[in-house]
Amino acid sequence: MLDRLAELDAAAAEARAGGGDKYVARHHARGKLLARERVELLLDRDSPFLELCPYAAWGTEYTVGASVVTGIGVVAGVPCVIVANDPTVRGGAVNPFTLKKTLRAGEIARQNRLPMVNLVESGGADLPTQADIFIPGGAAFRDLTRLSAEGIPTVAVVFGNATAGGAYIPGMSDYTIFVRDRAKVFLAGPPLVKMATGEEVDDERLGGAHMHGTRSGLADHVAEDERDAIRVARSALSRLASSSPSRSFGAEPKLPTEDLLAIASADLRTPFDPREILARVLDGSEFDEFKPLYGTALVTGWGAIHGHRVGVLANARGVLFSPEAQKAAQFIQLANSSGTPLVFLQNTTGYMVGSEYEQNGIIKHGAHMINAVANSKVPHITVNIGASYGAGNYGMCGRSFEPRFLFAWPNARSAVMGPAQLAGVLSIVARQAAEAKGQVYDESQDAQMRQMVEQKIDQESAALYLSGRLYDDGVIDPRDTRTVLGICLSIVESESKTAGFGVFRL
Amino acid sequence: MIRRLLVANRGEIARRIIATCRAVGVETVAVYSDADSATPHAGEADYAVHLPGNAPTATYLRGDLLIDAARRAGADAVHPGYGFLSENADFAQAVLDAGLTWVGPSPKAIAVMGSKVDAKALVGDAGVPVLPTWHEAHEVTQFPVMVKASAGGGGRGMRLVRDPESLHEALASARREAAGAFGDGTVFCERYVERARHIEVQLIADSAGTVVSLGERECSIQRRHQKIIEETPSPAVSPALREELCAAAIAVARAIGYVGAGTVEFVLAPEGDWYFLEMNTRLQVEHPVTELVVGIDLVRLQLLVAEGGTLPWNGPPPLRGHAIEARLYAEDPAYAFLPNSGTLHRFEIPGVSKEFAPMLSPGLRVDAGVAAGTEIGVYYDPMLAKVIAWAPTRYEAARQLGTALARARIHGVGTNRDLLVRVLRHPSFVGGGIDTGFLDRHPEVFAPLLSSVDALRLSCLAAALAGAYGRRSAAALGMVPAGWRNVPSVPQTVAYDAPSGTFEVAYRMDRDDALAAWSVRLVDRDDIGLPGTTPDLADDHPPVAVVLASLERVVLDVAGVRLAFDIHRVGDVSYVDSSEGSVALTEVPRFPPPPVDVGEGGLVAPLPGAVGRILVVPGQRVAAGELVLTVEAMKLEHAVHAPADGVITDLRVATGAQVEAGTLLAILTPDQQS
Repeated sequence: MLDRLAELDAAAAEARAGGGDKYVARHHARGKLLARERVELLLDRDSPFLELCPYAAWGTEYTVGASVVTGIGVVAGVPCVIVANDPTVRGGAVNPFTLKKTLRAGEIARQNRLPMVNLVESGGADLPTQADIFIPGGAAFRDLTRLSAEGIPTVAVVFGNATAGGAYIPGMSDYTIFVRDRAKVFLAGPPLVKMATGEEVDDERLGGAHMHGTRSGLADHVAEDERDAIRVARSALSRLASSSPSRSFGAEPKLPTEDLLAIASADLRTPFDPREILARVLDGSEFDEFKPLYGTALVTGWGAIHGHRVGVLANARGVLFSPEAQKAAQFIQLANSSGTPLVFLQNTTGYMVGSEYEQNGIIKHGAHMINAVANSKVPHITVNIGASYGAGNYGMCGRSFEPRFLFAWPNARSAVMGPAQLAGVLSIVARQAAEAKGQVYDESQDAQMRQMVEQKIDQESAALYLSGRLYDDGVIDPRDTRTVLGICLSIVESESKTAGFGVFRL
Repeated sequence: MIRRLLVANRGEIARRIIATCRAVGVETVAVYSDADSATPHAGEADYAVHLPGNAPTATYLRGDLLIDAARRAGADAVHPGYGFLSENADFAQAVLDAGLTWVGPSPKAIAVMGSKVDAKALVGDAGVPVLPTWHEAHEVTQFPVMVKASAGGGGRGMRLVRDPESLHEALASARREAAGAFGDGTVFCERYVERARHIEVQLIADSAGTVVSLGERECSIQRRHQKIIEETPSPAVSPALREELCAAAIAVARAIGYVGAGTVEFVLAPEGDWYFLEMNTRLQVEHPVTELVVGIDLVRLQLLVAEGGTLPWNGPPPLRGHAIEARLYAEDPAYAFLPNSGTLHRFEIPGVSKEFAPMLSPGLRVDAGVAAGTEIGVYYDPMLAKVIAWAPTRYEAARQLGTALARARIHGVGTNRDLLVRVLRHPSFVGGGIDTGFLDRHPEVFAPLLSSVDALRLSCLAAALAGAYGRRSAAALGMVPAGWRNVPSVPQTVAYDAPSGTFEVAYRMDRDDALAAWSVRLVDRDDIGLPGTTPDLADDHPPVAVVLASLERVVLDVAGVRLAFDIHRVGDVSYVDSSEGSVALTEVPRFPPPPVDVGEGGLVAPLPGAVGRILVVPGQRVAAGELVLTVEAMKLEHAVHAPADGVITDLRVATGAQVEAGTLLAILTPDQQS
């Protein structure tokens, strides 16, 4: 028996050695961690790790371990399946054994409903063996999205190359973290692009972390370095997994709620940073932002209020563009996946208008957001903290979209559009009608009309006017926001999961 | 008869006075500033009156507010404690004018003795030896001299000057400090006696003319001219000398018709000659040693005399045994005694027999102004407590006090505890060979108690094991062995910032959950977790078996000897206490937040305090070493110098601004190096 164990130890040593001293040293010299070092950093301290199939490819021409580490460990209190490419072995290339081992890990995750974390750095398929990889390989992506469909979080951290098929690992994951200046994610690299289209482009612009974080939206978070990326992955998992232990039990915000008065009284035309509000409402002022660099006019992220986990959508600069709408739709899906209630902080003048935006599909993208809001199954609570105009009112879960509760700050306004805009539109329409009939337009009457309309709309969009007509559940003192949300969240979370029927009197 | 007494003070002395009042049936009124609203003294009195603000000048030094507080709370007497207004003749007079009883000597006596210059003249006339004194720089005929503030006390404004060149600057800065601290910029130079011992005589006098001396105290162990260890009797005072000193002290008291408790201070030269230094017209910080050895309650006698009563004896009572007091300060002896602030998370001194009162039999007394949970701020004196041992002999008292301090649990703020213990255990101290230059001559007493590398490593290991135990309660995969691996590769690691550097602990448990391998190594903080720095568990450590590991206690068997560690964790900080000593270990975050760019050339506050003088304006060119500004904290003025030649490109603070340690004060753009 001991001889057999010694044989096993030798095999384990081979797997640990990866691509050998030379490649390990080169990898370290590039400032990169080894696959096992990444896994260890991802795991909770002192928690166990059951490595799976550590001896894969033993007795074959390939390196023992099959250039990938898989196993079951605990991340942020959540048991997970972890898959980490070993880039010291032929750049982390996927060979038939790598594929088999990875698929087995995916199967274990699905059968046991375990979240999956991919630590990605792979040059893609080992081309000489593509015949054994290409067709069965699709299952890896299928498994990822099926996990997601079952509400089991999937997280991808991209440390280096994830190209061609590999690009779909982040592509199909719920939450992606790219390491700045290191992650390279594209369907085809610069040489192939030049072959295919003649375009000359460098790989950073083609698929770097910054591009994906700000332009494509494929990266939900751009991390400063590997350690930072793993920190964010742990944090994301704790927010996404419904089984994760609560992080902060109702710690008071670090900043005084009294400040909310000054923030609320700011001129409506000057948009304010909702993070200033969140820092005075959320537990411990902790806010994990989702896609901070993408669609920046809408702030999305995770936090807690009086110990209740929440996702927050808050307008940052009034207008909603296509990226904002898509970001919102994705975020709402994530919240539904983890069953996290959503809080909408409205301060929007609506979706962007203009030919460029219409051509790019602002209605379609706005519809994505409105669709997601309408069909979201988690409880919603809406607070109008400033403006709520136009279709922005719908996308940000206005009254018709049945938030469980809707409150307004005293400074809030809500209408189809701003009073000046509405009066101006009426004036233009009337002028056009007059001109069509060949009549002279009465300018003094127009000015009078505009002033009257403006006054009326202004009056009708005020928080107190709308509250008087029961379009909300009350106007609240901004300083009470945290308390009001805390009460509502404890109500919505106590909703019964057993539905069906009332008690029959039999 | 005093019915209700207002204590115009804070901290331990307020508690001390309240304790006696409670014992003799006098009701008490405390006063408290904003920062003191939750300190023990404010909670212990029968009534407490708020003095809005924090600065002493807005609170404890406001005689009008104090008298108003006494009126509002119905007090009929005022006890000033020590410090603050205790030696302010105007305040004493105002108390009397308000129709209240003043627990202290007459305003006239305070005024005479409050001017060191006048006091020396008066005492010299009474035939008591005094040191030669000069008032202007050019008059000084011999060096070294001590520059002193005439109205000073507690070491403030004092400067030792050894040569004529630096005398002008010393006089100027002493004047500034004196004017700021006492409202009187008068300073003088006095001959400085090298290797002098500080001896003082405690007196109490009643209005019937009885003056009784209660023996001497020696207060030679000083830092920055402030006493830190005091004792009675003095090993340097023979019965004959005691008689001489006591007679001189009584003569001084009689010369001004003194009534109340007071102390006459002398300096004792190595040759045996002695001189009058000054008279303190109040209760002294170090009064407990006298109380223990004489067996009396000095505060009780102060009340008695203030009420017009007569002393119960007219000769000196017998002295019994030996008492030593150590002053525990929130300060960093290794860094120029800079005051520390923060929350005191734990404050426990083992074996205390009594607080704030004389005792019947030898033991340990503690007079503390703080308790666990007290916030130690930057506004007042950083003394936390006085710990006093009373034993039949001097060496027994020193040993008992040293061990009690060593075993104390003081978590949250750094203190001078280790320094006190090392002094009390020092052969020269035990042999009685002390003088005011003791600390300068014995730098070895500044070493922390926990100074051996192995002891520090084991403390780190214990903290790590306690942490690992704590994480087990959160186990998501059942109670399997901690950190179990089927393919072990990287050990568990945790790094701690300790006062002597950053230490990384690495450990691995075996399948039976026993410690399989460990290492603790000093690392560069910036390198932690960098690729290629994974520690290997080299076997250069003594074999250690874990006897017990729990959240708060870890027992290790080190090469056959068991050693217990107590771990108290608050936030990121693990306070580890063992028989080897104590250390605060701050866990280095596993995932450090991205670094904040402080900007090169930023000048930061060396300690919490208020910005004093600012000697530059933005845009000004400065030379390396030039004084840029000062930060005043507690009693001293700390200089912030330019680290290099360059231009002050930004000034972030104004005079009077309160700053925390590390606050950015100004930015210096250094000249380009050629």
